[in-house]
Formats: sequence, C-alpha cells, structure tokens
Amino acid sequence: MVQQRRDPARPGVPRTYEDQERWKGGWVRRPDGRLVPRAGGRIKRLATIFANPVMPSIQDYYEPWTYDYETLTNAPLGDDFPVASPRSALTGKPMRVSWSANWDDDLGGGPELASQDPIVRRLGDKVKLSFEETFMFYLPRICEHCLNPTCVAACPSGALYKRVEDGIVLVDQDRCRGWRMCVTACPYKKIYFNHRTGKAEKCTFCYPRVEVGMPTICSETCVGRLRYLGVVLYDADRVGEAAAVEDERDLYEAQLDVFLDPADPAVRAAARRDGVPDRWVESADRSPILALAKRFRVALPLHPEFRTMPMVWYVPPLSPVVDALTRTGHDGEEADHLFGAIDALRIPIEYLAELFTAGDTAPVDLVLRRLAAMRSYMRRINLGQERDESIAEAVGMTGAEIEDMYRLLALARYDERYVVPTAFGVDEADKGVIEEVGCSLDFDGGPGMGGMGDVPFGEASGRPDAATVETFHALRDRQTSEGGPEGSATDGRVNLLNWDGNGRPGGLFPPRRGGGTDDGGGRGADPGPPEGGRP
Amino acid sequence: MSSGSTGPVDLVLWGVLPYVVLVLVVGGLVWRYRYDRFGWTTRSSELYESRLLRIGSPLFHFGLLVVIVGHVVGLLVPDTWTRALGVSDTAYHVVALSMGIVAGVCTLAGITLLIWRRRTTGPVFSATTRNDKLMYVVLVLAIVTGLGMTVYFAGVALAGGHSGDYRETVSPWFRSIWILRPDVAAMAAAEAPYKLHALMGLALFALLPFTRLVHAFSAPIGYLFRPYVLYRTRDPHSPASGQAVRTARRGW
Repeated sequence: MVQQRRDPARPGVPRTYEDQERWKGGWVRRPDGRLVPRAGGRIKRLATIFANPVMPSIQDYYEPWTYDYETLTNAPLGDDFPVASPRSALTGKPMRVSWSANWDDDLGGGPELASQDPIVRRLGDKVKLSFEETFMFYLPRICEHCLNPTCVAACPSGALYKRVEDGIVLVDQDRCRGWRMCVTACPYKKIYFNHRTGKAEKCTFCYPRVEVGMPTICSETCVGRLRYLGVVLYDADRVGEAAAVEDERDLYEAQLDVFLDPADPAVRAAARRDGVPDRWVESADRSPILALAKRFRVALPLHPEFRTMPMVWYVPPLSPVVDALTRTGHDGEEADHLFGAIDALRIPIEYLAELFTAGDTAPVDLVLRRLAAMRSYMRRINLGQERDESIAEAVGMTGAEIEDMYRLLALARYDERYVVPTAFGVDEADKGVIEEVGCSLDFDGGPGMGGMGDVPFGEASGRPDAATVETFHALRDRQTSEGGPEGSATDGRVNLLNWDGNGRPGGLFPPRRGGGTDDGGGRGADPGPPEGGRP
Repeated sequence: MSSGSTGPVDLVLWGVLPYVVLVLVVGGLVWRYRYDRFGWTTRSSELYESRLLRIGSPLFHFGLLVVIVGHVVGLLVPDTWTRALGVSDTAYHVVALSMGIVAGVCTLAGITLLIWRRRTTGPVFSATTRNDKLMYVVLVLAIVTGLGMTVYFAGVALAGGHSGDYRETVSPWFRSIWILRPDVAAMAAAEAPYKLHALMGLALFALLPFTRLVHAFSAPIGYLFRPYVLYRTRDPHSPASGQAVRTARRGW
C-alpha cells in the first residue's frame, strides 16, 4: 500500500483530484496539435459560466465545523458530563463529522481509500494493498506556478496572471469576479474559492518575502530541510510548443529543454538585452533547482501529463531498500545489490512513474539508481576506501558530480538551499521601493484575517498597505542593532507594545543595585550596558 | 385620468425619476469601482450546492439575456423602422409576445428555483445578506410585472380586444430620456401595467450598482479575444544600474 497524499494548505483538495476524467483540470492536446483546457475552450467556458459543470463542491473538500463549547459551561448540573458537539461552520446546525483535510494521510482510511487512488486504479494489482507492505511517503504540495498555467487560461476576467519578472502566478483580488473557472482548470486543485469573499485564492509563493530575497515560509520552516528554492531561466516563447508535444512521456524532456543554461554566453546576452538583472542570471547559475533537475537529473515534475509545465519538482524516494537487503544477508549498500533491488522496491517504480513522468519508468529508474549510487559511492569515502569511479560511471555521472550532488542534498546550508535574488527594480543597495498591491490575503479585515463582516463592501474594501523594502530593512536594522528603539524613552515612558525586547529602555526596569553603580539608568536614554558591564 | 394631460406626479415619475436613477447607476458604478473593487463579484454559492443551481442559474440567466435583447429591440427600434422593413405590426407583436412569454417564463422559473434553493439549502441561506433579499424582491417584482403584463396583453389581443401599443407610448418616452428631452406626455398616456413595470425597472436599475447584480457589468466578453496565458509585470520600476531598460509590454 502506498500512502502519499499530504496537502498542507487549509482546505485540502477534493478527493481523487488527480483523476482528470472527473475533474477536468489541465490541458488536452487536440488532434491538430493545439492545446485547449480540458474543461473546454473560450466559447464553452463562457457558455457554462452561469453554472460551472465540474466544480468541486464543499463536500468534496470537507464541511468545516466547530464545536458547541458553550454547552460545556452552560449545561445544567446533571448526571451526564456535557459534551461539545460538532456544529457546521456553514450553517451553525449540528452535523456529523465524516471527513476533513488529510484524513487519508498515513494509514487513515486504510485499504478502502488507497484503492480509490487514481494511480492505484490505473496500475491494478501491481500495488500491494496489504498493511504488511505499507510504505508511506509524503508529497508536500503547493501551487506549481506552472509555465503554462491552465488556471490563468481559464480565467474569464483576466484576474489570474503570471508575473513576467519571477513567474509567480497570482490572483488579482480586485479583478477576480468569482467565475470559478480556475478552480476547475487547475489540475492540482490548488486554487480555492473563498466562499465568504466570493474570490479565488491561491498560494502567492510568499512574494513579499521572495522579492526581498527571503525564501517562502513553507521552505524556511521545513524541519526536514528538504525544500530548495532557486531561479530557473526559461524560454517563454517555446513553452507552448513544448507543452504540446504529442507523446505525454516526452513532456518531461520537453520541459527540461525549455530551461536555459545561465552559463551559456548567448543566454547571458539575451538576458542583458531583455533587462534581466545580472544578479538574477548569477543566481540562476547557482540555482539548486537547475542542478537537481537538469544537471543531476534527480528531480522530476509532478504529473507532467497535465501539460501545465509545473515548476515544483520532486526527488522521488528510495524506499527503505538498504534495510531490506541487509535483512536478506546481503551487504545493503553495495552498489550492485542496490541497483538490483530497485526493481523490487516496495513503492513500485510504476507508481512513481505515474506521478512524475506520465508512466515512463526509465527516468525514475535513473533517479533511483543515481541516489543508490550516491549512497554506495559516499560510503566508500566514509569508510576511508578509495573512490570507485565505476559506481559513478554506471549511472552516467562522474565521481565529482556525485560528490557535488551529495553536498547539495545532504549538507547544503541555508544560502545554498535557498538562492533567492531580490526583485527586479530593487538595486544592490535595495534603494527601490516595491510598490506592490500587497499580499492579496492578509490585510486588515481581508479574507486572510478571517471575516469580512456583514457587508460585502465598504470598510473592508480599498487597497492594502504596500509591502516595501524599507519596512523590511528598518525591521532588520532594529532587530539586529544593539541599541533600543529610538525615541522610546521620553519622560521615562515606554510604549510596551513597541518594545521588541531589544535594549533596556529607560524607566522600564528598576535601577540596578550592585557595585553601587546605577547602570540601568532610571532616566534618559539608555542604549543598554556595554559588553561586560553587567554586574 | 384623461390621456394627454400630465400632472406633477407624471412629471416627477417620468421626467425626474429617470435621471435620478441614471445618476445613481453611473455614480454608483464609479463609486463601487473606486472603493469596492474587492466586493465586485458574483458571490457564487455553487460551492455549497450545485444540483439545483445547475438547472436554475442557466435557465434564469439565458432567459434574462433574451429578455434584455427583447427590451432593447422594443424600446430602441422605432415602429416606423420595422414597418419600413416590411414587418407588419401584427407579425411584430406575435413574435415579440411569444418570445417574450417563453423567455419570461424561463427567467421566472429560473429565479423561482434559485430562490427556493437559497431558502432551503442551509449554507446558501446563511450566506444571504439583507442586501440580497431586497435585491431579490425588486428583481422578482420586475420580472413578474413584466411577464404578467405580457401575458395579459397577449390574452387581450387573442380575445380580439384592443390595447395601447407600447411602441407609441413607452418606447418614445424611453428614447426621449437619452436626448435629455423627456416626453412625459407619451409615458403618461401609457396604460397602468406599463407604468408599474417601468417603475419596477427603474428601482432595479437604481439597485444594480449596490448589490451583487453589479457582476452583470463585468460580463467577460474580452475573454473571447485574448490569448490564454496572461503575463503582467510588477508595478513599473526603475532599472538597476547598468541594466537595459525593458519597455513594459502589454501582457497579451
């Protein structure tokens, strides 16, 4: 049994979202070679605008609920302990909780749900559904920020767009009219219809952070340090052609071909001509994504057969093959044994191929063999044995490349995992101001802040505060400098709400005793004691 | 009330009110666009319920589109033009009344189904604001008066009776509004059902910018004429030193 679903976003995704026969996401290639959204072209979109025929209902996600906590305090004295029963968050009525986000994670739901997995259905009995054979792996999914996004193509109002500078796909909340076509069109079901505001919402790739060179929150907070961020330069004019190749299994290679090599002088010249800042090209040169996807070829796109050219790539897992081999009495990390065992992995290679390469097992096989080779090769080094180039050659690499890959996958530090250049127009001194419409979700009273009040327009309307580079740098200076907040100590008063724990504002603490000196200072500005001056 | 004479009430209703409504519609749309672009949405409830919506909503909307076309033809095209085209008055009215009845019945059936769904489906009812309720009342009244009037006059015509032709009363008045010389006398001479329906129509128009009906003004016709994938630049920026200036291209 394979359990691989995990969707960290709030509402999860409709069950069986990968089944595009049902959900109609992504593109289809017509016999004449043109791509149209699977749910229909422009005329059909407009003809079905009054009731989208394939929109997931809230039951396909789950009905949100809360609990009637008031009963716990209000219930009269009685023999029975009061219970907070579930109440629908939509209607306020009592409800039966039957499904929620990620309930099918791990072993939840067991064989009944696993057998509904669209990939399992396609593969038939190649996937074992017995608990003894269970192996779990996790597939954190965010918006793919596709090169050829169907959601953008399906938006009748033109509210969805791909940013020229960094490729982030965003919803213009001021232009979204709630036609809901994007929800259907996204094959990853990563666009959500906010039923309170009547607008579509999606992952923003934390663009206010990315613009100032910080990684996205999901990357930054990943405990496993398994997310990498980087720039990939690509030829936007060739995307349409690449996405329309006839054989689904060629899509992976076609997408790799669209990526440009930042070391190529022609690419550099073109970048300069088109006004791409040099630091972006340099950043692309150091991109861990380009390295994993194109140089080492161990990262694969998720469901390329949707023809959207997704840009979140995955390194498929080498299931616990070493232990399994060792248990049979073999040397589990010996290269030949490892290579031989890949065909018999607990996660069938066909399953991974359905996820990452439209069913073509060869690229997945290569990835797993490369990961296995890295293990064997590096073990020899760790054991003080001489480097065995033949292991690297067997998977079409050199020993040096394997060591580079090992470094990136196992040791890479923060600034190697996240290579994020600052936004266009923000020069080296970060002088420019990013005049951005702000985060689409979390302005005061906005949908990200929970609730619009009773009126759909009025106070909550208008433009949110701009996210500026100045704000970012002011904050950083303040939090990393020694001194206390400027001008905070007027007349011995301190605004506690503004105090961030930095320095010792005058009047906040009682004067220090000890040594007879009053170095805490009851009056006047106190920039904090000098190093070593504390009693 | 003798026809031809216009009292102060007529003057207010047919000479002043149309302009008040016009100011409300235009001013309201400008206000809404400037201050509430975020609230400019269909506020679809399809996420909650789609079985009834799938029947009711297209029935209502497509019916309404035909009704709108009918109004445009009836109000804007003078009877002299259709006669010049060789369309007899009888033929015109037979076509207009029959199509009007079919479209009107579809619209009414659609909105009835939608309102019933809205009232009986828990989450949809919870998401209904007072603003919505007022809008539904006015919308239904406008449809009912219009359809009722059409059916009534069709019945009168079938029974061989004679009724006033709106193309000699309502239509000239409607056209006269736009040249800022309201023909109050023409509308004052119309029969009561026409007046009632016109008032309901004016009320509906006055509400348009302030309710969810505003989504009608963002009908995405442009979608038919644009490429699929849109690109947009971030707000205009100054180029980094030593960089070429990229001229901002239209995203599509």
